[in-house]
Amino acid sequence: MKSSVITFPGSNCDRDMDVALKKFGFKNEMVWHNDNELPKSDLIVLPGGFSYGDYLRCGSMASKSKIMQSVINFAKSGGLVMGICNGFQILVEAGLVPGVLLRNKYLEFICKNVFVKSDNKENIYFKNLNKEVLEFHIAHNEGNFFCTPDQLKEIEDNNQIAIYYCNKEGQIEDQYNPNGSLKNIAGIFNKEKNVLGMMPHPERMIDQSLSGEDGSLFFKNLINNIK
Amino acid sequence: MKISAIITLKKDVLDPQGKVIHQALDGMGFNSINEVRQGKYFEIDVDENDPKKAREIVENMCSKLLANLVIENFKIIETQ
Repeated sequence: MKSSVITFPGSNCDRDMDVALKKFGFKNEMVWHNDNELPKSDLIVLPGGFSYGDYLRCGSMASKSKIMQSVINFAKSGGLVMGICNGFQILVEAGLVPGVLLRNKYLEFICKNVFVKSDNKENIYFKNLNKEVLEFHIAHNEGNFFCTPDQLKEIEDNNQIAIYYCNKEGQIEDQYNPNGSLKNIAGIFNKEKNVLGMMPHPERMIDQSLSGEDGSLFFKNLINNIK
Repeated sequence: MKISAIITLKKDVLDPQGKVIHQALDGMGFNSINEVRQGKYFEIDVDENDPKKAREIVENMCSKLLANLVIENFKIIETQ
């Protein structure tokens, strides 16, 4: 299985993602934002970081970079594209997933482990994953998911919510919402569910001695689903 | 030709920064404030002499990059 991680000026989780993808069997290539063409890939990842210093709006400048036209075409033709954290912000700015990510409700940069619930299994990312509540890491200032009431209705009607912030037991309640996201949304799909954007970092949870193993479950399951 | 554009958050979008600024102003004794909303202001020098055309160019910039129309509105406020 081949994957590509796009590096934008200011990306800083690109190499972590490279390590994670390789650890679970992807043959990964790093792609520079100013390139025009993507290498042949089964999965494209937009990594976390602070592309273009978060100028204007997080992800807005990166969403207009040269490589993004190829990423958009790849996604539109059904290719798998995953955006993590700043990558999620780039996806919303590129219009590949609905909504926007606003400044965190309490204006704090949040850096901590959170629990997320994935009960949506009708997609290639979480299908066959036999753990519903996952412990992932978040580190962001603008992760407060927001969309219009019409968009929210469409998102819910199409079952596009991928993961919710919750507690250890999987209860999705306001008190477990770290950043003010609408409906505790931590990640969403596009309508076709080949594009996934999420704020939590699964690539930071791939080693027991560092953090945890729930990211390992996610990546192992993902590569098996793609095979 | 210089064109100015103001980007503001839409009415229903929460503006936590505006709220904090409001509270700070209130604490300083400015007690007559109903609400503070923070926005962005751009001055763009366009290489175009026709005001109508220059305005159109900046409007296009606003809808394609400068504003995110899901949460923001833009207003062209001034041409000179």
